[in-house]
Amino acid sequence: MIFEGKAHKFGDDINTDYIISGKYKFKSLDFREMAKHLLEDIYPNFYEKITPGDILVAGKNFGCGSSREQAPLVIKHAGIGAVLAKSFARIFFRNSINVGLPVLECNTDLIDDGDLIYINLINSEIFNKTKNLKIEIFSPLPEIMVRILKEGGLVEYLKKEGDFKL
Amino acid sequence: MGKTISEKIFSNHSGKSVKAGDIVVARVDALMGQDGTAPLAIRVFEELGGKKVINNEKVLLVLDHSAPPPNEGVANLHKLMRDFAEKYETQLSEIGEGVCHQVFMERGLALPGSLIIGADSHTCTYGALNCFATGVGSSELASAMYTGKLWFKVPETVKIILNGKLRKGVSAKDIILYLVGYFKADGLTYKAVEFEGEIIMELSMDGRATIANMVVEMGAKAGIMPFDEKTKEFLKEIGIYIEEGVFSDKDANFSAIYTFDLSNLEPQIALPHKVDNVYPISSVDRVKIQEAYLGTCTNGRLEDLRLSAELLKGKRIAKGVRMIVAPASKKIYLQALKEGLIEIFLSAGAVVVNPGCGPCVGTHQGVPADGENIISTANRNFKGRMGNNKAFIYLASPLTVTASAIKGEIANPLEFID
Repeated sequence: MIFEGKAHKFGDDINTDYIISGKYKFKSLDFREMAKHLLEDIYPNFYEKITPGDILVAGKNFGCGSSREQAPLVIKHAGIGAVLAKSFARIFFRNSINVGLPVLECNTDLIDDGDLIYINLINSEIFNKTKNLKIEIFSPLPEIMVRILKEGGLVEYLKKEGDFKL
Repeated sequence: MGKTISEKIFSNHSGKSVKAGDIVVARVDALMGQDGTAPLAIRVFEELGGKKVINNEKVLLVLDHSAPPPNEGVANLHKLMRDFAEKYETQLSEIGEGVCHQVFMERGLALPGSLIIGADSHTCTYGALNCFATGVGSSELASAMYTGKLWFKVPETVKIILNGKLRKGVSAKDIILYLVGYFKADGLTYKAVEFEGEIIMELSMDGRATIANMVVEMGAKAGIMPFDEKTKEFLKEIGIYIEEGVFSDKDANFSAIYTFDLSNLEPQIALPHKVDNVYPISSVDRVKIQEAYLGTCTNGRLEDLRLSAELLKGKRIAKGVRMIVAPASKKIYLQALKEGLIEIFLSAGAVVVNPGCGPCVGTHQGVPADGENIISTANRNFKGRMGNNKAFIYLASPLTVTASAIKGEIANPLEFID
């Protein structure tokens, strides 16, 4: 549960329509194809700029809008290792954990585009290697989310546990 | 300490006394998935090795977001849903029956005091019927079909009291646009909202649904309306007799209480490209529009169609404007036909399309051209939302949309109303 990658910085209120436009998500369940359109309405050809393991960094209310689980799935399939934001919209936050995409609320003002970021999910630690700065995590994940994430997502969690366990 | 409506509903569904902040596993009463989210849920259900859908009779799958299918990809996803609904004996709402949230309410699946999840962010609409309803993702829909349950964090509750008397020409949509502008897109994230006050009590069930529908645009998890004679009446009309609803206790703990007097509220409008970019109409430039859209899970109900038709009667839509009308359900469409509303729309130059979500989500039936301005009764105006990222979407009430269609530019409906 350790991630290291280059930051791609976005602003506030990035909604799930921007992450993956409705016009693509209704057509198929082919996420590798959809991943090519990640965030294209606000950043054309963003997909081509991603190196596997890169970190998506944003301001507040990331993932607001539609409940489409395609949004975190497309981010994951595009090669993004984790998403950091000051805050997330709740459905997106849950969907991300459920598909095994790590998301954490932290002070992203301390991260600039291109910075090298280190994340240790076990210790809840985020470090900006470029700036040599420890990044404060606003709220740790509830235990059930950590367990779902450790299994790799909700499907794997339920296959193992058979039911929701508190 | 007393309990909020949400704390009561989660206590009832988890078998223990819970309070805001607690993490619970709760039984869900009814579930919904639509054609943008259900196909993925079906895939997850199969990955889980699901053999039967728990509570299958209370699971509704709806073909509405891209219906009838505009291409083979969608057609195949619809087939996947039909086959699943038949195999596992869930409810299915066919193409043209209506927008998921309207159909769900018309079928009596949203009952006071119940806990509902839907794989659509506007599932919060059912809060109009005094229940806790919230949007989830496809994996969670699949998991709840598989286990009958889901885990939740019991939300804190904010109470919003709306007092005063609305001016003529001002409607539920103006209220919720005003609130979204006030609280902003993340102002109520993770919170449940309980609505109260003279204005709420005066509103019809259609108006309450419009407000509950858009609480998610402030980040809220649910928006819950009081139980009263209007709730009973709505349910009675669909053959359900319920005498009791859920109320918060007098000593319940609210994280905040806001009181607004809306007697002077004027029509509101959200400018591109954010729902919380809201202004009173008198302060907005008279931008020329090319498309006007009346419909959606926010404003495609009978009251909305009646208001619009009343304004349109005997008038024509301006040259250069396309007006698209989509009743929210077949039931509404049929009633609108009986009342002569559809004839008014067609005579005025509007296009009436089948009940569904197409134009709002940009799948078909109303994609704008580059650089065009659209005034819409929908709930979202994000760049690209209607299928073209070079278009500009303005959100307003049915009356404002209609007045603008007649004028050919953003117009104040009060100009048409004495």
